[in-house]
Amino acid sequence: MAAIPISWFLTLSAVLFALGVAGFLFRRNIVTVFMSIELMLNAVNLTFITFSYHFKSVDGHLFAFFVMVVAAAEAAVGLAIILTVFKNRSTLNIDAIDSMKN
Amino acid sequence: MNVILFLIFAIIAVVCAINVVVQTHPISSAISLVGVMGSLAILYLLLGAEFIAAAQVIVYAGAVMVLFIFVIMLLNAGAEVKQGRSVVVHLLGVPLLIAFLGLVAYFVQRLFPRDVEVTFGGFTGGTAQAIGRALFTTYMLPFEITSILVLIAIVGAIVLARKEMD
Amino acid sequence: MDSFIVISLIKILVVFGVLMTTLAYLQWVERKVIAHIQVRPGPYRVGPHGLLQPLADVIKLITKEDLLPSYVNKPLYLAAPFISVSMALLSISVIPFGPTIEVAGYHTWMQLTDLNIGVVFILAASSMGVYGIALAGWASNNKYALLGGLRSSAQMISYELPMSIAIAAPLLLSNTLSLRELVGTQAGGMLHWNLLRGPFPQIISFIIFLIAAFAETNRVPFDLPEAENELVAGFHTEYSSMKFASFFMAEYANMITVSCMATLLFLGGWDAPWPAAYGSSFVPVIIFALAGLIALYHGVNAVRKRDKLTFPAFGVIFLIIAAIFVLPIVQQWLLPLFWFCAKTGVILFAFMWIRGTLPRFRYDQLMGFTWKFLFPVAMLNLLITGFLVAWFTK
Repeated sequence: MAAIPISWFLTLSAVLFALGVAGFLFRRNIVTVFMSIELMLNAVNLTFITFSYHFKSVDGHLFAFFVMVVAAAEAAVGLAIILTVFKNRSTLNIDAIDSMKN
Repeated sequence: MNVILFLIFAIIAVVCAINVVVQTHPISSAISLVGVMGSLAILYLLLGAEFIAAAQVIVYAGAVMVLFIFVIMLLNAGAEVKQGRSVVVHLLGVPLLIAFLGLVAYFVQRLFPRDVEVTFGGFTGGTAQAIGRALFTTYMLPFEITSILVLIAIVGAIVLARKEMD
Repeated sequence: MDSFIVISLIKILVVFGVLMTTLAYLQWVERKVIAHIQVRPGPYRVGPHGLLQPLADVIKLITKEDLLPSYVNKPLYLAAPFISVSMALLSISVIPFGPTIEVAGYHTWMQLTDLNIGVVFILAASSMGVYGIALAGWASNNKYALLGGLRSSAQMISYELPMSIAIAAPLLLSNTLSLRELVGTQAGGMLHWNLLRGPFPQIISFIIFLIAAFAETNRVPFDLPEAENELVAGFHTEYSSMKFASFFMAEYANMITVSCMATLLFLGGWDAPWPAAYGSSFVPVIIFALAGLIALYHGVNAVRKRDKLTFPAFGVIFLIIAAIFVLPIVQQWLLPLFWFCAKTGVILFAFMWIRGTLPRFRYDQLMGFTWKFLFPVAMLNLLITGFLVAWFTK
């Protein structure tokens, strides 16, 4: 066949999202957790664009565009926060940043 | 031809995504994430989203990930140490994730049966002109608000990361 | 369908072959230009006027010992020059060198592929080229290489911003992202080129684009991260032989790409400066004939003994080329190709001229220049262009 069933794109997006969630929950390094968040955002972008193809409308592309812009802004601020945390704690382990825990 | 392209780049994307989650050193994760974004850009091209594919490579893979790589190189913290991992979390979490994935895949297959298909060239409305037109008419308000958001992010990042003026 | 594949393969081979030769000889041209600026002869002994010097350099680089230090991060160390070169060569695949050409009944564009999003594709390829340098600095496991790599990548991504905005301004005038259509909208002589036309001549954009292009390709005056007397040698300290050669191939290929982009965006591509009706088809003939006559004259009254042989040979070659340009059968594709190469050549000469003339910027001066001056000026230019285009188009 010369055409791809659309459910394959959506399943791929679900797989990438699940992998992003796995990285977010199971990893201890802050930067890796942050990268898993970016992976989740990419999976969601793929879903938006797939549905934009399905409904033959350009609105999905616009949503994906805004997701990209927001992700870029969030990456900038998040990495600045990570730099500050590293300056104060000298570690990138999430479990070590627990001074507000009882 | 479409199917072969999709399969190649979908497999590359999944392998790189697994690499992001599994690798110990953050630099390897970052480079694998660049691989994921690159293969996703090609999948966007298959779906007719030519401008978004280019924007993905320029903005996401070419700027955001370079920022990540800079921070990782500057911090130079080394590979992650395998300690303090809770076995219960893994024992519970992995089956739940697989169940989530199975559920989503099942419902997607139910909603979009095999005959709803994607071909390269099936959607030609993803040109720069179409996106520009929609961006500056229907989506004018989100556009302006994201401009202010980016400005806030710039100011925030500079304030957080500067040296103290003592 | 299969004739398309065969034609594409032939075009790829031709473009790749011409590109590799041009890269090698561009280095010869650069050494000669800088030498003459510094009042010395430059490469002179290897072959007539040093023309075989690139061949000697290639042989040297291939036969040098290819070190793989034990302390480097091997996968990244080996991948970095590969990424640099592939991204540099990828951007050449969408550049059009001329209009259609007809060979043995097959019409084809003088371009490997025309994308709807050609301009952003080249920007994307150059964004990915940053990774080659950053990873080279990291993988070398060497403080100086890391610092050089980080500085160079930060410089490249900082200068991408004014470059993209400077590219956006003529796109407002031409209204298309495809490189072939871009040249189509600038047809008709010098006054229709994006540099000089429309409600707002894009002179400021051109200058900003050229300055940003110098920084993107790590050329003087922005070559602090890779200069020989700074930081040992910057990001390519630990590289030897072919891997080192790949980085320099990538730099020259990037130079060619940005010169071609400047030609296509601002100088009208393969369009002649004035229409053919007023005799612009005789310009190449006149140029080559003059070059041939001067070479013959200097061959006859030679100063150095070797020139008695080489200059007349060159003179005859130039006169033959001038004669080829008169033939009407090749004029249809050779003339636009000549104009494209002439304009790109002028910009490449400007690259080399500036290398021989200006000192280099310090790193903080460089970064301050882009963020505090170049980026605001580019934004202002885009604003004014957009305003004037909107005002004058109904």
